Amino acid sequence: MSSAQPVAAATPGGFAKVEKGETLIEVKNLKMYFPVVEGILFQRAIAYVKAVDDVSFEIKKGETLGLVGESGCGKTTTGRCILQLEHPTAGDIVFEGVNLNGLDAKALSPVRQKIQVIFQDPYSSLNPRMKIGDIIGEPMKVHGIQPDAGGRRKRVAELLSTCGLDPAFADRYPHEMSGGQRQRVGIARALALNPEFIICDEAVSALDVSIQAQVINLLEDLREEFGLTYLFIAHDLSVVHHLCNRVAVMYLGKMMELADSDELFDNPIHPYTQALLSAVPVPDPTTEQQREHQVLQGEVPSPMNPPSGCVFHPRCPLAVDSCRLEIPPLEEKRPGHWVACSQV
Amino acid sequence: MAKLLEIHNLRTQFRTSAGVVKAVDGISYDVEEGETVAIVGESGCGKSVSAMSILRLIPDPPGRIVEGSIHFQGRNLLELGGEEIRQVRGAQISMVFQEPMTSLNPVLSIGRQLTETICLHLGSSQEEATKRALELLGMVGISDAARRLKQYPHHLSGGMRQRVMIALALSCEPKLIIADEPTTALDVTIQAQILELMKDLSRRLGVALVIITHNLGVVARYADRVNVMYAGKIIEMGTAEQIYHNPRHPYTVGLLASVPRMDQHHGKRLVPIEGQPPDLTKLDNGCSYRPRCRWAIERCASEFPPLEGVGDNQVAACWRTQEMAELREEAS
Repeated sequence: MSSAQPVAAATPGGFAKVEKGETLIEVKNLKMYFPVVEGILFQRAIAYVKAVDDVSFEIKKGETLGLVGESGCGKTTTGRCILQLEHPTAGDIVFEGVNLNGLDAKALSPVRQKIQVIFQDPYSSLNPRMKIGDIIGEPMKVHGIQPDAGGRRKRVAELLSTCGLDPAFADRYPHEMSGGQRQRVGIARALALNPEFIICDEAVSALDVSIQAQVINLLEDLREEFGLTYLFIAHDLSVVHHLCNRVAVMYLGKMMELADSDELFDNPIHPYTQALLSAVPVPDPTTEQQREHQVLQGEVPSPMNPPSGCVFHPRCPLAVDSCRLEIPPLEEKRPGHWVACSQV
Repeated sequence: MAKLLEIHNLRTQFRTSAGVVKAVDGISYDVEEGETVAIVGESGCGKSVSAMSILRLIPDPPGRIVEGSIHFQGRNLLELGGEEIRQVRGAQISMVFQEPMTSLNPVLSIGRQLTETICLHLGSSQEEATKRALELLGMVGISDAARRLKQYPHHLSGGMRQRVMIALALSCEPKLIIADEPTTALDVTIQAQILELMKDLSRRLGVALVIITHNLGVVARYADRVNVMYAGKIIEMGTAEQIYHNPRHPYTVGLLASVPRMDQHHGKRLVPIEGQPPDLTKLDNGCSYRPRCRWAIERCASEFPPLEGVGDNQVAACWRTQEMAELREEAS
């Protein structure tokens, strides 16, 4: 926490050196509202989609934080805000002691080297007209690392073999590869700039089970080898449980629960988390027969017009009158276990 | 129980510029009345094509059912004429597809799509059909059904559309519903709602279900029997308990070891299946799983192992299936 003071002007030297176990990135009261506009010439906002509404968390160096929730809960938007692909409506994103919000493109450039992303769809996230070698080499060219082509080629070959691919793939095009191989290319590209922090946005969701396990193991190995920190955004709770040290659960733009992975999966406190976990079938018929299946009624309301008070109250089995009125704060109900619910 | 559907040696192939793709390569299985059978496998293993073949929905060209028989209540569906098979589709066997976004017609109201099917197959009047449609929407848990009938698919959420699809599938009281990845596009809490609904309706109405999925958790929760497919062939069949607790084919073993499990403590390393599924245009006579199999022996290269009984109606296609328990023991 000590290094998390916002610094106004960022220079490459402005980053504090962060040791393992210290806070690498801190997200404070992040809000991202997207305007819904009406009119063609004179556009005016008639409403806002509150994609992310007052979310705070921190990630320690070397740690993997999982961000889970159903579609539309704001998990991807949170990731995009950290990457500065969106300009947040309010809140701070402090990376290695530097507040990224409000930095201009030039000042952001050194940050972008340190924060990389792996996208979900291995088909649309690689340029079909570029060779694999150029896809992986481009970030190095852009950031002026390895300016000569020969050095870049060597580094690309190195990255490909790190990610379990044949270095000869550098001369191929994405369409010549399978989904799993493409995802490895996406990972190699993210590693090209020796980042500190990688945001994996549904990085294994599109892959088949047997290939998914290969990529999960690769992500684990790379974390070990390069001391990486991940923000792992996913809707598959089993994968998140497997890969993450801590897990944050989001619903309709709000953080519902945050705890250590084993603690969250063994003792979920928030009624939404409980319902979410009980909805995930476990691959074991005997366990399945003994498990209690709590089926959540209704659907996720529109984020344009979220329910008042606690956003989960219309579907919540524990809801009382006061839930309709007051937004429950995220409180530490047990050591390291944060929950936003007034009824537990 | 009586056999409702009997598939024997079904082969479906696609002629492409790269060669003949043997998408379904000689599969046989039965479905009994009222039971739930899951077909599991990874993309490209032929699970969807095998289901589409049952209703003869394979576009020809390039696809073609080249061999086999599909007996439904004693009639071979592959020998029916165009008009006859149309009377089976929707009325006796219906289908729920993966994409609730694309499988409903966007320019027709929900009511029109439901009543059209009912009028066509049951010969009801428009009035009767509307009454039945209201009843069906109630049955699948859609509130305010009268208003929903006038709405169009884009008014509904993904989960609602899938409910409409299920109402549509149920509209003519079929004996069998084939659900091709019915919940893959849906969120997990909605997935639970839809699957519970399907299972409940199947129990109450005695409809048999064939669920095609890649989700091993869904299979464990809902299936009575499981068929595991790999590269166009069924490589193992058994009850859910047999498949999960005593898998007898290396692919099933590998598949189960590679899924992360929520009920196990984190940090346990996954054991992936190395390599990739084969190119279906370049299959040889040997076992198609051989290049990825850690227990492959010489014989696997020359002969494809037949499905062999391993006791109590469980079958597996592997030369070493009898030693599988020991091999698994050794590996762990």
